[in-house]
Amino acid sequence: MSTADPKRFDLDDATAERLLREAQEHKGISLWQDAGRRLRRNRPSWYAMVFLIGFGLLSFLAPLLPLRSPVRSNLDITLHAPTLDGGDGNYLAALDPDADSALVARQIEKDYWELSSLDHGLISLRRMIFGSWQTGHWLGTDHLGRDLLSRIVWGSRTSILVSLAAALCSLVIGVFYGAFSGLVGGRIDNLMMRTVDILYSIPFIFVVIFLITLIGDYRQVLEEEWGLDREKVFYLVIGAVFWLTMARVVRGQVLSLKHAEFVQAARVMGASTFHILCKHIVPNVLSIVIVYLTLTIPAVMLFEAFLSFLGLGVEPPRVSWGLIAVDGTSAINPLRIHWWVVIFPALAMGCTLLALNVLGDGLRDALDPKMRGKD
Amino acid sequence: MPLLSVKNLAVRFETHHGTVRAVDGISFDMEEGETLGLVGESGSGKSVTNLALLGLIPSPPGVMSGQVHFDGQEISALSEPELRKVRGNRISMIFQDPMTSLNPLLTIGRQMTEVLELHKGKSHSEAMRLAAVGLGEVGLSEPESRLAQYPHELSGGMRQRVMIAMGLLCEPRLLLADEPTTALDVTIQAQILELMAEVQRRHGTAIILVTHDLGVVAGTADRVAVMYAGRIVEEGPTHQLFKNPHHPYTQGLLSSVPRLDSDTSQKMSSIPGTPPDLAEMPPGCAFAPRCPNVQAECKSERPELLPSGVPGRSNACPLYASADSASADSAEARP
Repeated sequence: MSTADPKRFDLDDATAERLLREAQEHKGISLWQDAGRRLRRNRPSWYAMVFLIGFGLLSFLAPLLPLRSPVRSNLDITLHAPTLDGGDGNYLAALDPDADSALVARQIEKDYWELSSLDHGLISLRRMIFGSWQTGHWLGTDHLGRDLLSRIVWGSRTSILVSLAAALCSLVIGVFYGAFSGLVGGRIDNLMMRTVDILYSIPFIFVVIFLITLIGDYRQVLEEEWGLDREKVFYLVIGAVFWLTMARVVRGQVLSLKHAEFVQAARVMGASTFHILCKHIVPNVLSIVIVYLTLTIPAVMLFEAFLSFLGLGVEPPRVSWGLIAVDGTSAINPLRIHWWVVIFPALAMGCTLLALNVLGDGLRDALDPKMRGKD
Repeated sequence: MPLLSVKNLAVRFETHHGTVRAVDGISFDMEEGETLGLVGESGSGKSVTNLALLGLIPSPPGVMSGQVHFDGQEISALSEPELRKVRGNRISMIFQDPMTSLNPLLTIGRQMTEVLELHKGKSHSEAMRLAAVGLGEVGLSEPESRLAQYPHELSGGMRQRVMIAMGLLCEPRLLLADEPTTALDVTIQAQILELMAEVQRRHGTAIILVTHDLGVVAGTADRVAVMYAGRIVEEGPTHQLFKNPHHPYTQGLLSSVPRLDSDTSQKMSSIPGTPPDLAEMPPGCAFAPRCPNVQAECKSERPELLPSGVPGRSNACPLYASADSASADSAEARP
């Protein structure tokens, strides 16, 4: 074997350096690149992803957009039908760049709710760009004369926040819990999975209703001593529940991966369990995890809407899609159907859920190793 | 002092069906730079022996007993963190299926440098340089660009070369090869075996070659140990053992290898019966139920592996041991 001549590889440092640089420039096609390419080919999933990213940006940048206040009511224009009239500049004088800052602060306090400093920054930017100009009632107004477009965009922030909280929980707790349980196996695995079973068996809608009703009585104490308000409790409950299925899914995967030879090989190489978990097991279950996440998020969004609909979730003045739907139902009456109050929020929510499901389906196909190179 | 000395190594698993003795008290020694072939049919305990040498007992949790001395250290008495320092560093292992023994999500470079960073504390760029040299040594072209490739971009033979290079990165004294050629086609098999022999010549690495392919053993191993039902039944220099097998199981095994020049009208010979259930071992010789010249004592007493008169050879058949060594020598001389 001429290539095995050791002299040939007795490299001096400069040559080695150059070869290494060349090696780094050479890029193989990773599984992720391959999956990305396949996802792009799958048109519906690709559009779904673009839609979701766009919607996410819109909701994140809501303070920057020249929208009307989502909470300020105007009883002169209740249930105003959608109109393509342009916006006007005289409605919120306080947004005028020339207005004094104390007035602006008071106005913002009234028109929005707890804003982060980033949001304040975005609002100042908005004042600089758009001045006091704001959109017209393009999607109509609800029964208190609040702008529907603005409510839908601002409401999406709550829905997205809730979904992200649930996604983060199932990602961090679920994946590591499941992976550890599957990898260690034996009695510990048994104990961990029975714990999951027990948590599963708790009728969790009742627990949420019970908790939130209970909190109603002790709000003052909780808020002062623990800094817990209703939303935080809500996030906690969602976080406590939505990692369970993820843990099970991941454990199942890990059980089959555990006996894969590359895991054995890593063990034989002298790697510790933690090292194997982080470097070999978790990256290999990520494709399943991502797919499962895209299916969890719609469930959480629906759940939030459902609880808000029941009056147990988000409270005014905050807006969420569930609350908008409640307002929508109150606007339906046999004499006159104010369709826009129902259709537009439903459309926003429906499109998001559809996009998430289509994306989840597309990701499942794209990340399936058996599909490699099939298209 | 031998490089590796195994005394009475046993691994048993407690299962629902009773105690399964996967490895049942085996002993052997190995010198530096030697190749030992470990032969036997599936389930005879070859792979478990290999893993046990590294202190790794597969699940369901098994119990290991006996002593393993390696390079002046008793491995069987080391704690888990100490064992991790031995694995991949002073003893490394190559697996059967190169298609699944590389992580599909990491580049070759990332996987190869892992072992160097773990054991030798090398920096990433230094480890990459050594990995490239290692890949060149196992005969892969353009080793530098291979480092950036993913396993699915390489063929089976190339991946096995990567595995061998990876196993040798830390310059181990002992390489455990668990059926390294079984998943490869015949031409690649020959190349890989040749490569292992060459690597051994250069580094003086001792190799334990686990296989059920007698042809592979005949071409590469210095000595052969034949395993049956968790025990070594015969051991000796490859050439002698193949030419003149002593133990009835070895004889059966060798005669059941199909030959190209044999009469095609005749049935292929095989050993009648099936290997015993490891959970319900007969009290005597494990091979007794299938042995063509079984005696009454074979079924009651477990035979020990004893030196059989011929230097360097030992076997566990009392029938052979009782025969006088003169006839053994004359048998040796027989072509």
